[in-house]
Amino acid sequence: MSASTTDQYQTVKVPWYRRTQAEASLAFILFVAPMIIGLTIFTFIPIVWGALISFSEARNTVSIGDWVGFDNYSAVLGNPEFRQSLRTILVFAVFIVPITFFLSLVLAMLVNSAGFGSAFFRSVFFIPTAISYVIASIVWKMGIFSGSAYGFANMVWYWLDENAPVVAWIGETDPPYYWLVLVTVRLWLQVGFYMILFIAALQEIDQTLYEAAQVDGARLGWHTFWTITFPLLRNTSIAVLMLNFIAAFQAFDEFINILGGVGSVGNISLARPPLVYLYQIAIQQQDYGRGSAGALILTAIIVAVTLIQGRLFGFGSKS
Amino acid sequence: MSQPTTPGGGQWGELKHPRANNSQALAILGKIVRYVLLIGLAILFLFPFYIIVRNSLMTQPEITAFDAWQWWPESPQWGNYRNVFEDDAISMATGLRVSALLAIVNLVMQTIFASMAGYALARIPFRGRDIIFFLILLTLMIPGAVTFVPTYVVVSELGGINTLWGIVVPGLFNAFATFLFRQFYLDFPTEIEEAGRLDGNSYFGVYWKLLLPNSLGIMAALGILSFISSWNAFLWPVIVGQSESTRTVQVVLSSYLTAQTIDLTRLFAGAAIGAIPLIIVFLVLQRYIVQGVRMSGIKG
Repeated sequence: MSASTTDQYQTVKVPWYRRTQAEASLAFILFVAPMIIGLTIFTFIPIVWGALISFSEARNTVSIGDWVGFDNYSAVLGNPEFRQSLRTILVFAVFIVPITFFLSLVLAMLVNSAGFGSAFFRSVFFIPTAISYVIASIVWKMGIFSGSAYGFANMVWYWLDENAPVVAWIGETDPPYYWLVLVTVRLWLQVGFYMILFIAALQEIDQTLYEAAQVDGARLGWHTFWTITFPLLRNTSIAVLMLNFIAAFQAFDEFINILGGVGSVGNISLARPPLVYLYQIAIQQQDYGRGSAGALILTAIIVAVTLIQGRLFGFGSKS
Repeated sequence: MSQPTTPGGGQWGELKHPRANNSQALAILGKIVRYVLLIGLAILFLFPFYIIVRNSLMTQPEITAFDAWQWWPESPQWGNYRNVFEDDAISMATGLRVSALLAIVNLVMQTIFASMAGYALARIPFRGRDIIFFLILLTLMIPGAVTFVPTYVVVSELGGINTLWGIVVPGLFNAFATFLFRQFYLDFPTEIEEAGRLDGNSYFGVYWKLLLPNSLGIMAALGILSFISSWNAFLWPVIVGQSESTRTVQVVLSSYLTAQTIDLTRLFAGAAIGAIPLIIVFLVLQRYIVQGVRMSGIKG
């Protein structure tokens, strides 16, 4: 399509140096250069280097060449901590993805139907998106779910029953409810984001569909939700599920800040997600060979799940 | 509103559905339930903000008081905010400077690079264009955070560890934003562009004088999103910028949280200081942020 537009220019008076194919090529190269150079240095080369280093013995060095075949891969796959981290993140995703989906859809429908005050409520649910995981971890760990005898959750416990023992939400060696802490902090931070996606989709639904349904005797509510609203939210629902799943699989910030510490081990062995495992072997123990092998295994898992999900839901065929 | 006089009854000739009055009452009840739910949830969502403010203005014994919860400090300790800046070992002032630099450079450069590439991919004829577009799309498949190990390896080979450029530069090349800009420029009316070309403008001239001014909306939307996410970023800054002069606000706050002895007043005052710039940005520019989020929704 743009080829035809350039042809048109040739018929008009334009200086020769503006007319040539060379000008277009030069312009294209200059415009694309920063992006291509940047992606090459910080994405393509790292992936290739990472792939090569994953077949090398590379402790405390980032150089390639001390080939060890698949040793790094079998070491990572055979490592109980790594396999445990995959189980951990799977359990985490099983909780966080459906809850986020449900809650963000409910919020979107509530806000969308609110009328008066709808913009205010939308802002309130959306504003946690601006807060970092580190700050949210501070509030959850030291303000609400403290492991010691303070914090709001323990306060509520105390109000309900003065003699109830203090709950070590995340404090001691084996805190009973640490999952609650990890799931709620992510919920608070991300639900507003997905709510915005659902609100956008809800507003695109043709309102005459509901009127037509009412004429046919349907009552607005449960029935019209399942027959009209939900089917029309299909594409957005798939997008929300995939974005959310990929984000959950890459969880790092809240786990390391709530359970562990950058310099300390803390309680991280309770629930160590894969990225924390990679951080520990690659950055802290400086075993770049195994670290890269683990990174590529994880990338392969995420890409595979994305592709399977896309195939299952026939993504791209927008009906 | 009013109860129906005869249950389930409308009067003959009013052409009312028999259930009309009933469902009107139901609708009002539904409305009340909805607002009660909304207000309850709103309080829940605002509660963590309240905790930050409350604790940042308290003394340590007030925060850790167990059986005497105070909703508000008796005398607000505004000095807590000053104390955050008085710790020389872990400097919050440096953290704010590094984070501001990171976020502003991201806002400007990420947007410019992506829009330039997006424009070329949409509008400038070039033989290898489709291959280059495919290569850029390919990087979208790869989950960004997972590749931090190989990227760390390359950046450390280039001498980027504990440098500002090492924190900032690797994040400036956003393939997804490039894709969005390409879509945007594909929809841009060709007539305007052609008119610009006929006026004797180069491709750069057309981009600078016509396309850029007309894409300020999408630029603002994507730019602010990259501002927020780079201000809040933790994984990359914490592995690349551990030295005193390269810690971002998030890294400083995380080191407060994981210190041997935690100073709760400094922790919460620091959290407030780290959150306030973004809350302001958010409240002022929410319209663009919503637009940006909607655009990023098509990534799925």
